[in-house]
Amino acid sequence: MLIKLTGGAVYDPASGVDGAKQDIYIQDGRIVNKPAGDVQVDKEYDLKGKVVMSGAIDMHTHIGGGKGNIARTLLPEDHRADPVARTDITRSGCGHAMPSTFVTGYRYAEMGYTAGFEPAVLPINARQAHMEMADIPILDKGGYVLLGSDDYLLRMLTAKKDQKAINDYVAFTMQAAKAIGVKVVNPGGISAFKFNQRKLELDEQNSHYGVTPRDILRVLATAVKELGVTHPLHVHGCNLGVPGNMNTTLDTIQGIGGLPMHLTHIQFHSYGTEGDFKFSSGAAQIAEAVNRNKNITIDVGQILFGQTVTASGDNMRQHANHKHASPNKWVTMDIECDAGCGVVPFKYKDKNFVNALQWAIGLETFLLVDDPWRIFLTTDHPNGAPFTSYPHLIRLLMDRSFRNDVLSTIHPEAQKMTTLASIEREYSLQEIAIMTRAGAARLIGLQDRGGLSAGNWADITVYTDNVDRQLMFEKPDYVFKDGELVVVDGKVIHTKWGTTHVVKPDFDASLEKDLQKYFDRFMTMKLGNFKISDDEITEDGRGSLTVHPLKGDVA
Amino acid sequence: MAEITEVPSPFCGIGTDDLTIQVDGISLKVVENGCAVNSPAFEQAITDTCPRVDGKDVSLDVAVARAAALLKNTNQPVIGGCATDVNGMRALLALADRSGAVVDNMNFTGARNNFLALQDSGWMNTTLAEVKNRCDLLLVIGIDLEGFSPRFFERYLWNKESMFMDDTGKREVIYLGKAPSGNASTSPGGQTASVFECVNEDLPDVVAVLRALVKGNPIRVDSVGGIAVADLQCIADKLKAASYSVVTWAAGALSYSQAELTVQTISEMVKDINDRNTRSSGLPLGGKEGDQTANQVCGWTTGYPARTRFSSGYPEYDPFLNDANFLLGNGEADALVWVQAFNAKAVPPVTALPTIVVGRSGMTFAKEPDVFIPVGTPGIDHVGHAYRMDNVVAIRLKKLRESGLPSTSDVLNAIDQAL
Repeated sequence: MLIKLTGGAVYDPASGVDGAKQDIYIQDGRIVNKPAGDVQVDKEYDLKGKVVMSGAIDMHTHIGGGKGNIARTLLPEDHRADPVARTDITRSGCGHAMPSTFVTGYRYAEMGYTAGFEPAVLPINARQAHMEMADIPILDKGGYVLLGSDDYLLRMLTAKKDQKAINDYVAFTMQAAKAIGVKVVNPGGISAFKFNQRKLELDEQNSHYGVTPRDILRVLATAVKELGVTHPLHVHGCNLGVPGNMNTTLDTIQGIGGLPMHLTHIQFHSYGTEGDFKFSSGAAQIAEAVNRNKNITIDVGQILFGQTVTASGDNMRQHANHKHASPNKWVTMDIECDAGCGVVPFKYKDKNFVNALQWAIGLETFLLVDDPWRIFLTTDHPNGAPFTSYPHLIRLLMDRSFRNDVLSTIHPEAQKMTTLASIEREYSLQEIAIMTRAGAARLIGLQDRGGLSAGNWADITVYTDNVDRQLMFEKPDYVFKDGELVVVDGKVIHTKWGTTHVVKPDFDASLEKDLQKYFDRFMTMKLGNFKISDDEITEDGRGSLTVHPLKGDVA
Repeated sequence: MAEITEVPSPFCGIGTDDLTIQVDGISLKVVENGCAVNSPAFEQAITDTCPRVDGKDVSLDVAVARAAALLKNTNQPVIGGCATDVNGMRALLALADRSGAVVDNMNFTGARNNFLALQDSGWMNTTLAEVKNRCDLLLVIGIDLEGFSPRFFERYLWNKESMFMDDTGKREVIYLGKAPSGNASTSPGGQTASVFECVNEDLPDVVAVLRALVKGNPIRVDSVGGIAVADLQCIADKLKAASYSVVTWAAGALSYSQAELTVQTISEMVKDINDRNTRSSGLPLGGKEGDQTANQVCGWTTGYPARTRFSSGYPEYDPFLNDANFLLGNGEADALVWVQAFNAKAVPPVTALPTIVVGRSGMTFAKEPDVFIPVGTPGIDHVGHAYRMDNVVAIRLKKLRESGLPSTSDVLNAIDQAL
C-alpha cells in the first residue's frame, strides 16, 4: 500500500527541512522517495494548512518497572478520578499521574508520541520493566540500565579493576537487561543509604567502599564512550532537590573532563541558596555551563502545578523528601544489592514559594540553553508532572505572553526571584521538533527514527497549525506508527505493538566466570536465570527487538 | 531421562532457583535442593489431560466454546483463583475487561492487610539479597517462618558468606508471636532464636507497645499479651542498636480483623527506627502460587491490585466488596471462572452458579464444574514469569517436560476470542 501525505508544512530537523511544503510517501511501514510517475497512490491525505513532524520521542519517562507499579498501587484515589473505559479497540485502565500501561500507550499516541524510554531499569528488575513496556501499545520503547550503586561495580572500583574490566561488566549488564543506554542515579548514594549515610557529596566517600560519586561517574562515562554506545551516560546527579546543589552540578560538569554526559531532570539540580528563603535559581549558571560544554546534554524535568507522584531510584533523597509527601504516604526500598527506589506523592502548588520557583527554574533553563539539539523536553514523568501536560509545557515555551500570564499568578516572592519575565525567547516549531524528535533520536542513537526522509520508519504526526500551541499539540489530526494510521483527531482508532530498542555491545566472555562466582556467593538467583533472553521479549508474538549500531560499527 | 539444573520455583515464594529435577517422560523428581513445599508441587503427577464439559471428556475447542457460551450472557461473572503466571494474568485481565468480570486473587484477603497499610501510609522495605548480605537482626512477627518457607534460613540467613558481615552465624533471630516449628532458625554455631510467644489476637497490642518503646514512650504496664514489657524493651534496644535490622511478617498469617493496623504499626516502627540514626527494613512474606504476580500484572494493567471489577467498563478497586466469596454468597455473581494453574488442591468454592475451572491437572471436585480445562503449570509445562515475595524479582520459569497441556493464557485467550 502506497500512502501519500500531500502538501503539509514539514518540520524535519534531521534533514534540515524547516516548514517547507513537501509531500511524503509511505510504503511498507517506511517513508519512501516519490515513486515513478505511473505508480498508483492507494491512499492520499490532503495536508494543506497542516504541520507535519515525525512521531515524538520521550527520551526520559518512567513508564516501566517496579517503582512505577508501587506508585500505581499507592494511589488508588488518584486513579478513581480518571477512569478510562474500554472501547471496541482499546483496553480499560486508569490515567492521571501514573497511568496504567495500556492508557500510557494510548495517551502518548494521542499527543503524537511514538516512542518512550524508561530511564531507570534496575538490572534485577529489568524483566518487570520490559514486561510492563510490552503492555504499552503503539509506542516503541527501550530502557537505560541503572548502574553505580550495584555492589559488583563498587567492589570492582575498590579492587581497582581496570577500565577494560569495567567496560566488560557494563556491556554484559546492557545485554543481560536489554538496554540501549546506561543510567546512574545518585552515584554510589543508593548504596551509601544502605550503610546509613543520609547524604553524599560529589567527593564524599561511600563509607564501606571508599569510592566517591566522582569516581563512579568517570568510569561509567568512560565505559559508555569506549563501548561505542551512542547515548551518553545518563546522570541523575548527587543532591537532588537540595538548595545549593547547582554547585554540585557545575562541579559534575567540570569533573567529567569532556566525556559525553547527559544530565537528566536538571531542574531538580539547579538550586542556589540566595534570598530570604535561602532557595534561589541557579538556571542561568547551569545554562551557561551547558552552553559552554558541548559534551553535555540535558533534559529539564519541568514541574507543573498539581498532584503527581515522584518515583525514583534515589532512595537516599526520596527518604529525605518524604516529609513533603502529599498525601502523606510513601515507600522506599533497598533492592537486591543492585539499587533502590523511593516513591513519594507530591502536590506542586503555585502558591508555594519553592514549587513556584522550581517551575520558573525549569522554564529559565529551557529558555537560556541555546542549542535545542542538546536540551530535551521532559517533566521526568511522573516526577515533575504527568506526561499528559506536555502540550501545556510546549505552549509555555512557544508563547511568551501566555508564559508571563501564568508567571503573574505564582507566589509573589518567587516572581521576584526569577528572571523569566525578562526572557523574550519563544521556541519555534522547528526547535520543538528538534527537542522532541530529531535531537532525541540522535541522542539515543535510534537508526531510522526521528526523521522524515526516505528510509525512515513512518512514525509521523500531523497537527493543525494553531496559535494556541497547547490545543495544537494536544490533538494531532493524524498519527502514523510504522506507516499505520493509529490516531485521528486526537483519538486512537487502531492499535499495534511497537518494538524494543537495544544495543548489544561486546564483552569478554571470561567476565561471566567471575560474575557466576559472585552470584553464587552473594546473590539470590543464578547468573543464568538473571540474564534476559531474546525470547522473553518476543515469545508472546507482539514484542520485537531492534538492535542499533554502536559508534564505529560499519553501517 | 534428563536432568535439568538451576530450576526456579514458583511455589515457595522465596525464589529458589537451584533445584535439580530429573525428567522421565512426564514424571518429575526433585533430586537436589528440594523442600517440603517445592518437591511435592513439582512431583505431582498429571492425571487429567482432557477437558470436560458436564463431566464428559471433550476437545479443547468444545470446552472453550462452552465456556464462552456460559459467559456470553452473564451480568456479573467472577474470576477467582487468579493463580497463574504473568502471561496467564494478562489473558485473564483481557477476558475480565471484555466480560465485565470481577477479578479476585484467592489470597487477597490476607494480602489486603498489606495493601491497606501501604495505601494509607506506605513502608520501607527490602529484598532477599539485602537480607542475605546485610541483615544483622531478624525480627519475625506472627509467623512460623520455616513452615512458610522451609529454605529461608539456609538461603538467606545462614549463607556461608556475605558481603558486609564477617560471620553470618552471629546474626540474631527473634520471634514475636508464633514460635518456630523446627530449628532452621538456629545458627550453624548453635545459637537458638529468642522466642516471645503470644496469641495472634494479642499481636496488635504487643506490636504497638514495641513501637512505643522504640520511640521511647513510657509504658505503664509490666506485660502485654503475656510478654514482659522488659523483654519488649530489650527487643526495641536491639532494633535501635542493629546496623540493618529486618522485620518480617506474613499478611495472611495475621488472621484477625483489622490486622492491617498491625502491618501499619510494624511499618511505621521500621520508619521510626530509620529516624534514629540506623537502618531497618520491612520484609513482607508472600509470593506463593502467583499472588504477587496477580497483583503486579493487575497493578500495571488497571492501576489497582487484584481485587478489581470491570463491570462499569473500567476498573474499580474495592478490597472488601469485590471479594469473590462475598459476591458468590451474596447472590451478586452469576458465573464463576476459577483459574489455578499451580495447586490442584486449591479448588473453587462450591456454588450453584455456572462454573468454569481452568486448573492444574489433578483437581478433584465436590461438585463437577460445567467446564473443566486442565492446564499446564507455569515452570513445569511451559515457560513463564512469576514474582517472588519481595515483588522486585520476576523469575524466569522453565519448561521441564512436554505434556501437551495448554497454558492458562492459551485457554483464556481462546475464550476471550470466542467471545
